[in-house]
Amino acid sequence: MFALSDRPLLEHPLVQSLADPAAGALVTFEGRVRQQNQGRAVTRLEYEGAELLAANEFKSIEAEASQRFDITQLHCVHRTGMLEIGEIAVWMGVLAPHRGPAFDACRYVIDELKKRLPIWKKEYYADGDSGWINAP
Amino acid sequence: MIQIEVTYYAMLRERRGLSAESIQTEAASLGALYDDLAGEFGLPNKRQHLKVAVNDQFVSWDSSFAPGDRITFIPPVSGG
Repeated sequence: MFALSDRPLLEHPLVQSLADPAAGALVTFEGRVRQQNQGRAVTRLEYEGAELLAANEFKSIEAEASQRFDITQLHCVHRTGMLEIGEIAVWMGVLAPHRGPAFDACRYVIDELKKRLPIWKKEYYADGDSGWINAP
Repeated sequence: MIQIEVTYYAMLRERRGLSAESIQTEAASLGALYDDLAGEFGLPNKRQHLKVAVNDQFVSWDSSFAPGDRITFIPPVSGG
């Protein structure tokens, strides 16, 4: 399951509710806002996303992950709005009977998410400049 | 001439100056529609860097569309 949220992610129900008695392993990933990118000092980030389209595309990624790896549940939440350095931009948790597939699926899903989900990041720099990443 | 809804995000939203609008169009495909809008509103003209979705599903640029469809142009993504 996937959601966008404009609140701190660890408070989100999808983070709180990830549990399965059949799962012996939980692998989580947090993507955090860092203070530099490509040599420039970053002061904060802004994210926006197309929620319904993102949820639909995440379902495809989730189906691919479930086919490739023996996992039981997958939850992911991505922030929107303005974020400060150190805040969590994306949170993902994968439950599996065993740790191997949990690690592998977590890596697969975050990599695909970054390539495919309609979410955009705008960086604000210490010199006052700002810009959308990957802008055409 | 049919009426559709177009939604914009990120740099396209800023370039257009709004998030969504209703548009009357005679364009025969999504690609032709984007080219018309890009010419009219000064959007980036390199369509090969963009994707397009109709009613919250990704589709190809040569897809057609129907009255009332919600069309979203997707600039290069940068989530995570």
